[in-house]
Amino acid sequence: MNLNLMLMGSKYRKLILVSFISATFSLVPYFGNAQDQHNTNEQDTHAAVISDSGSHDSSSHSQSADATFDPGLFIIDHVKDSHEWHLWTKADGNHVSVPLPIILYSKESGLQAFFSSKLAHGHHHKGFYLEDGKIWEELANHEIVSPLDFSITKNVAGMLVAALIMLILFIRMGSIYRKKELSVPSGLNGFLEPMILFIRDDIAIPNIGEEKYAKFMPYLLTVFFFILINNIMGLIPSVIPFGANVMGNIAVTFVLSFITFIITQFNGTKTYWKHIVATPGVPFWLAPVMIPVEIIGLFSKPFALMIRLFANITAGHIIILSLISLIFIFKSIFIAPVSIAFVLFMDCIEILVAFLQAYVFTLLSALFIGLAAKEHHH
Amino acid sequence: MDLVTPGIGLIVWTTLIFLILLFLLKKFAWTPINNAVKTREESIRAALSSADKAKEEMLLLQADNEKIIIKARNERDSLLKEAKEVKETIIEEAKQKAESEAKKLIEQARTSIKNEKFSAINEIKEQVAILSVEIAEKILREKLANDKEQKDLLDKLLKDIKLN
Repeated sequence: MNLNLMLMGSKYRKLILVSFISATFSLVPYFGNAQDQHNTNEQDTHAAVISDSGSHDSSSHSQSADATFDPGLFIIDHVKDSHEWHLWTKADGNHVSVPLPIILYSKESGLQAFFSSKLAHGHHHKGFYLEDGKIWEELANHEIVSPLDFSITKNVAGMLVAALIMLILFIRMGSIYRKKELSVPSGLNGFLEPMILFIRDDIAIPNIGEEKYAKFMPYLLTVFFFILINNIMGLIPSVIPFGANVMGNIAVTFVLSFITFIITQFNGTKTYWKHIVATPGVPFWLAPVMIPVEIIGLFSKPFALMIRLFANITAGHIIILSLISLIFIFKSIFIAPVSIAFVLFMDCIEILVAFLQAYVFTLLSALFIGLAAKEHHH
Repeated sequence: MDLVTPGIGLIVWTTLIFLILLFLLKKFAWTPINNAVKTREESIRAALSSADKAKEEMLLLQADNEKIIIKARNERDSLLKEAKEVKETIIEEAKQKAESEAKKLIEQARTSIKNEKFSAINEIKEQVAILSVEIAEKILREKLANDKEQKDLLDKLLKDIKLN
């Protein structure tokens, strides 16, 4: 590892360092858990106590109780959203995590807000409790329902931080550009401006057209950087506020693709709608077939957008976590160098994917908007 | 299944965060940045076109300069030519004048030489006459030293006179 570090040029050193830190942090919880498992094997009587106090939800509960490492659960646990920000697991099996605000709307007790620490270790709070990563409510008549959950989860918190970073970055940039219109971009702006110009010149203008592109630039820029920054933050693991799998969550990608869908439909030209209702050159008796096909086509575009981003980012996280899991599957520290080498490689690819998926989402959004908004000259 | 069922909370939060972000960035970042980039591009374009214009003007100026240079050169050539001609005529005139002057002088010299010659010859003639008279006197004196000879001469002279 060190040899590798020295052999590599200084150019890649930062990248490797980030990946290395990422790999180590991913390992931390399960070095802890490995000891935890050891403990539970030796002291059966104590095991129940440890697992009871040590698990933040039932998935890791069952994990420590079974004392066998379940890579599937481990991976899903890390890929999914969570109500607390798990940092690491101590040697005694206790999880160290940052509590996040839980905001609920219950039909019985109305709006509720408290910290997730109140639900930790399987505790009940005002009839609410956590199971399988979801919040359930036990009503007065002992009926179990799920309340509307508007909690600031790990993903929401990660997203908020990403949004904050974007605001600081771009509003600062904007104020500099407002003050000195003809200055040469310097520092970070020199890095960001080419990306903005790239989105304008290679995504917006070719797909939407010279006349109309300006209207959609704010959306395309925001969506590109939002996806990019969240993706990159998601690759830095476990340290708050990084490591949230934001773009690997279907709710997030759903919202983004839905906004693209809305923008597309609201900017459709007459010819766009005419093509859907009565495609020119198609005999009228085919309309019963063609109209449903066109309507499915309307929805399949943003659907593909949603699935593509979600699947790509989730897949990347799953691969990295799987490679880490190898160490615990083989139960050997000697497999770690191999594992870390693969994780390093995957992290590099994931950085590429972070850019690529942000680009693809923006490009396809621009393409769909362009298809609807562009004036077609037949 | 949990993985692919979107939760309502996250949908609401994402929508909220994204729309607020979009609004703020549009107002404070994208608009000024895009405007600045556009004005910069326009200024660059203007600068480039003005540079092109300047280049064209330069070319025009250069062409003009060349014309002027050619004209000046021609003028100089013609001036030189004229000057040469003038010089030649002046020299010619001077030569002629000099020649005529010289001729005149020579003529004058000749006439004065002639006059001098005449007067000299006259003088010489006079001198010769005086000398010849003196010589004749001397010779006569010598010849007429005795009486016989004097008589002879007298005779002779008398004879001559008779003849005359």
